[in-house]
Amino acid sequence: MKESHLGLRILLAVLAVVALITADLRFNSLEKTRAVLDTAATPLVWIADIPARLGAWQNKHIHSRARLLEERERLQRENLLLKGRSMQMSSLQAENVRLRGLLNSTAMLRSDVLVAELIGVSPDPVRHQLVLNKGARDGVYVGQPLIDADGLMGQVVDVGEVTSRVLLLTDSTHAIPVQVNRNGVRAIAEGTGALDTLDVLHVSTTTDIKPGDLLVSSGLGGRFPVGYPVAEVMAVEHDPGQSFATIRARPSAAINRSRHVLLVFVDAAGDSPPLPRES
Amino acid sequence: MFMGYGVILGSFLLAAVLALIPMPQWLLWGRPEWVALVLLYWSIALPHKIGIFAALVIGVMMDVLEGAVLGQNAFSLAVLALLSLLLYQRLRVFSLWQQSGMVFVMIGMHQLASQWVQTLEGTGARTPLFLLPALTSALLWPVVLQVLRGVRRHYRVS
Repeated sequence: MKESHLGLRILLAVLAVVALITADLRFNSLEKTRAVLDTAATPLVWIADIPARLGAWQNKHIHSRARLLEERERLQRENLLLKGRSMQMSSLQAENVRLRGLLNSTAMLRSDVLVAELIGVSPDPVRHQLVLNKGARDGVYVGQPLIDADGLMGQVVDVGEVTSRVLLLTDSTHAIPVQVNRNGVRAIAEGTGALDTLDVLHVSTTTDIKPGDLLVSSGLGGRFPVGYPVAEVMAVEHDPGQSFATIRARPSAAINRSRHVLLVFVDAAGDSPPLPRES
Repeated sequence: MFMGYGVILGSFLLAAVLALIPMPQWLLWGRPEWVALVLLYWSIALPHKIGIFAALVIGVMMDVLEGAVLGQNAFSLAVLALLSLLLYQRLRVFSLWQQSGMVFVMIGMHQLASQWVQTLEGTGARTPLFLLPALTSALLWPVVLQVLRGVRRHYRVS
């Protein structure tokens, strides 16, 4: 072992690491490299997902007849209910378009959705990220919003050829502009690093916001579409010594349970409900 | 020759998969640093083959897999490789449990290096729990050592 070269090797390693970290963190210039490496790493992610997929397969195929019948009945009831609601939906939507026309405001954004499956979660507890089985090939782009059945989950941050990486609302580096559904008060909801809590920032103590309020995305900032549920306010604390209230909210989406999620394609092409998209 | 590198690469890929497999919630903070353990073994057993450069390459692979800042794992694994290059002669004559003690300290330093880069990014852990993997890794060291030694002798990697 050539000890004499150790100093040189350490120097080279330090230079390489500093260059990498600076390029990635300060200049964000490695997006392309990362996309290529992501694509190359896909097989490992697939292999690591096998236990979870086996569990899902078992859930799907090994069921008692009674349970399946029960589930079928429940789904039929639910379907009926949803159909009834969507009947009203179309007339309400038409009305909404007319009223918006009267108000001279812009039409709602039209959005398509793409069903994606989760194939990986970040192994690091402080990093709330998911890996999805849809990538550049399916038209996924950086900044694309992700929802599940109950609300917004996060946004895409890296896109590989057949996979993409999503940053969740609850990551401590994530923040989303929201408004209170009841009265339109605007705020920012920031991730805390805990899966069940968002902090609502910079809301003055006199603002009308109380536990139970639904926070929906406000669409400010242009990244997330308007009106998706984000979180429900859990606690509001007024400390006379502070200029802002301390507000905690719980994300509406099943952040750590959903395996099937929806990627939303947002474009300004008129007013229509989310359409299923060929996957 | 190529067989040898194949075996080493295979062990790292297996460690990477183990590092990614979803864990139950209560084990979240205590996940052993599989890749670091494997790197430690090879750099003690074959310091002329597996050193700082290998650590950098494997680190970048882990950064991509974990979605971390490119350079985070590269940095912390390079620190680990450097430590073991400085200490491997002593480590080889230690008893198993003395080695485990050293592994605890070395992986602890690896975790600190990793935290340091994460703090640059703004996602540093807010609890000292991030040091827990040092403990679980040290406890697993005897197993990893025996398994990899068996593999190395079986395939005559040198």
